[in-house]
Amino acid sequence: MNLIWIILFLVLAPFVGGLISGIDRIVTARMQGRVGPPILQPFYDIGKLFQKEKLRINGMQNFCILSYLVLIIVAGAIFFGGGDLLLVGFSLMLAHVFLVLAGETANSPYSHIGAQRELLQVMAVEPMLILYAVAFYIVAGSFTVATIIEHGALGISYIWLLPGVFFGLIYIFTIKLRKSPFDLSTSHHGHQELVKGLTTEISGPTFGLYEIAHLYEVVILLGMIGIFFAGAPLLCICALVLLYLLEVFVDCSTARVKWQLMVKSSWLVIGLVAFVNILALSLFW
Amino acid sequence: MEFITFVILFPLLLALLLYTIRKDRTRSIVVYAGAAILSIASLLLLYLTYGQEATYFQIQTETFSYLLFIVEVLIGAYLLWLAYTHKRWLVSVLVLAQLALITVAEFGAGHHTEPYLFIDEFSAIMAVIIGVVGSLICVYAVGYMRDWHAHHKGEPDQRRFFFAVMFLFLSAMFGIVFSDNLSWIYAFWEVTTLCSFLLIGYSKSEEATNNAFWALTLNLIGGLAFAGAIVYIKFFSGAPEMMSLKELTLLGPVVALIPVALISFAGLTKSAQMPFSTWLVGAMVAPTPVSALLHSATMVKAGVYIIVRFAPVLQGTALGLLFALIGGVTFFAASCIAASQSNAKKVLAYSTIANLGLIVACAGIGTGSAIWAAIFLILFHAVAKSLLFMSVGTVEHRIGSRDIDSMVGLIHRLPIITTMMLVGIGGMFLPPFGMLIAKWATIQAFLLSFTPVGVVLIGLLAYGSAVTVFFWAKWMGSLIRYDPDQENEEGKVSFSELIPIQIIGFCTIAVCILFPLISAAFLIPFLNRIFGEASSIIGTENTIIVLLMVLLIVALPFSILYYNRKGTPTSQYIAGRTGTAHTFSGSLGMTRTITLDNYYLGSWFAEKNVLPIGTIICIALLIFIGTIAGVSFLTGTSDIVTLSLEGAL
Repeated sequence: MNLIWIILFLVLAPFVGGLISGIDRIVTARMQGRVGPPILQPFYDIGKLFQKEKLRINGMQNFCILSYLVLIIVAGAIFFGGGDLLLVGFSLMLAHVFLVLAGETANSPYSHIGAQRELLQVMAVEPMLILYAVAFYIVAGSFTVATIIEHGALGISYIWLLPGVFFGLIYIFTIKLRKSPFDLSTSHHGHQELVKGLTTEISGPTFGLYEIAHLYEVVILLGMIGIFFAGAPLLCICALVLLYLLEVFVDCSTARVKWQLMVKSSWLVIGLVAFVNILALSLFW
Repeated sequence: MEFITFVILFPLLLALLLYTIRKDRTRSIVVYAGAAILSIASLLLLYLTYGQEATYFQIQTETFSYLLFIVEVLIGAYLLWLAYTHKRWLVSVLVLAQLALITVAEFGAGHHTEPYLFIDEFSAIMAVIIGVVGSLICVYAVGYMRDWHAHHKGEPDQRRFFFAVMFLFLSAMFGIVFSDNLSWIYAFWEVTTLCSFLLIGYSKSEEATNNAFWALTLNLIGGLAFAGAIVYIKFFSGAPEMMSLKELTLLGPVVALIPVALISFAGLTKSAQMPFSTWLVGAMVAPTPVSALLHSATMVKAGVYIIVRFAPVLQGTALGLLFALIGGVTFFAASCIAASQSNAKKVLAYSTIANLGLIVACAGIGTGSAIWAAIFLILFHAVAKSLLFMSVGTVEHRIGSRDIDSMVGLIHRLPIITTMMLVGIGGMFLPPFGMLIAKWATIQAFLLSFTPVGVVLIGLLAYGSAVTVFFWAKWMGSLIRYDPDQENEEGKVSFSELIPIQIIGFCTIAVCILFPLISAAFLIPFLNRIFGEASSIIGTENTIIVLLMVLLIVALPFSILYYNRKGTPTSQYIAGRTGTAHTFSGSLGMTRTITLDNYYLGSWFAEKNVLPIGTIICIALLIFIGTIAGVSFLTGTSDIVTLSLEGAL
């Protein structure tokens, strides 16, 4: 495992994530004909959250949010340290289970429905996370990110070999970012039917931890998409920028769907595109 | 040798002794002492196998073999009598067919092979599961059955019979895992069928009797296949030395495939794979210790044990892949059904079926890494599932319901038991706990047997796992929901229930932490001997990460002590209205109650939708297996059966 990368990730990821989030808000605003906040607004928001009074519904909830943050960071450290992709997926899953538990423990109707929907989101994306790791194993011969990037530098073009897997991952990217049309469990805006859904009962510094975890997660997700372009850094950055803008565009131009459609469509896309991609590889690679 | 005979015979003697004891107190003491001795003996056995080759002990006298035959005939006669009194004609036909087959096998051909008892690392691990987990369940049963009879006033108190059968069951399981001779395994196999029948039908209600007979019927179908395998070996194979498990697995696919297919089929029935899954779900009518025993230490584990033993034969054959597919389909379908259940015991039942499916899939793939994963799945599942069953049983007696939605806020009511339940649930699906380590290895094993079938299995595993996360996590959510109004009533739980639950909870965590040791000390040498190739499936670096994560998860709850004190307490937001944890004030000042139920996705995953599909697919796969085996039998060639992977693709 590469310690330098781990430290870089730990220190820089929140800033990178915050900047991305700031740009996201400006672009979103422009698409909606608004001026939008300053680019550093996410940092101001989080800073302010830590000055708020510490309220608690119960101790368990705060504990679960802390675990969520810790496990997201663990997942990121494994990924950027060049570790095992399956482990990354498992840690992300564990982190989200803790987030769900944080929502459930509050015993509030809004946060309960939000938590159940978050769980459905986990269920919708989980097959993709496993197939993603498996796809790289088939092509690169290893689950470890370090080896995958090495092979990418040697000339294996993952994006040409795994277009289906790539598309599947892009599809669940929206679910993971909790952007419309899949902002079911909670969203960046007030929720019409669920107040703030999963995070309704989370406030003050604890909510700050949640926001930081989200910044880390955005960076991890971008990294996961990025390794499709291993060996071509310029192409990688262009692709990530384009993709993120596409996400913002989708966010602005679609309405929230029901959870049934989310789970069905996500499973269908994963099955038809990512799984078929892997099956074809297993026959011909 | 003495030790092996001891662990087989000791529970048998205990069973006889317990049947004679009428006094409750004396019986409890005998059960406690017996369980302690049995646990220590099985752990000692495991210790003794460390660093040893597989050891075989010849049984000098043939009397034992005849004795076992007599036992089989007696069981048959008893079942026939039961079938007659209950008018179950199908059962009597199956029993008669089986009796005919084993009589022919017994007298039609001599005893070509000497019977052996043997022990290797896999047997020893199975013995620890049977000895420790099984004994603890018996201890738990002491307190539980006292409560059970208090709740079921109308039932006749047959507890001495109950405990006798429980220990007989353990004895038969030890017999299965230590016998080398197939006819011995078969005899013990039939004893477990009988024991499960007696235990499932313990309460004399009509439902219990029906379900017991259904379990009996399906298991007798498997037993018939087993008997068929014995007859085939003795009369048709030309290689009667195959009666020895060791020889059978050494002979390889060309000669051994038909008996292996038949016995693996028997394994499928016993381990409740689709299409035979219904008996295990029906078995839920029995008192909880019975379910715990059937699901974790005995019965279903006998089924997967025998299939895993045959892995070297199944490896790389079309038959092996078909069995693997049955396992994979069962895993996915049973996981889906589990997600739609609100009855906690049914969730547990279907998750058992699902996990056994995964084990069967690994055994069908049959490579060294797959067997590594399979044995760890058996081990982790045994501890976590017995823990969950015992906890649910106790909870049911306290809250009067086994519905997950009525377990809301249980952490306040029964904190220790609920914590143990959370450990058990975590053990079933959360990284970095055991089952996930095993699933991880499973993915790698499927990949290493790199074929389209392997990829299909991974697909089934990926989707199935997603569903497992869903149903386990929502159960956890219900348990930890904050509810200050609940009172702690843990004091009412008897020690004989509380202590085994805590020991198994401790074991669940210990096994997770010790898995690299267990792997290095027992599994790797075992796999090396059989496959000649084995390294730890999960690399050193990843093992360290996993262990760190275990420590993290175990350490995190301590931070709750710190978090609990800080912060201003507040109540939850209910659209600006005033309320409590259970109520809010609605319009016109009405007080409305809040109930928060879980999502069950009934319209997608209901039992009635998914079960038929899974059953039909698995029956089709079984017909495929049957055709291949049948053609090979009739033509006398085994080319079609042993279709190697390269050939098939």
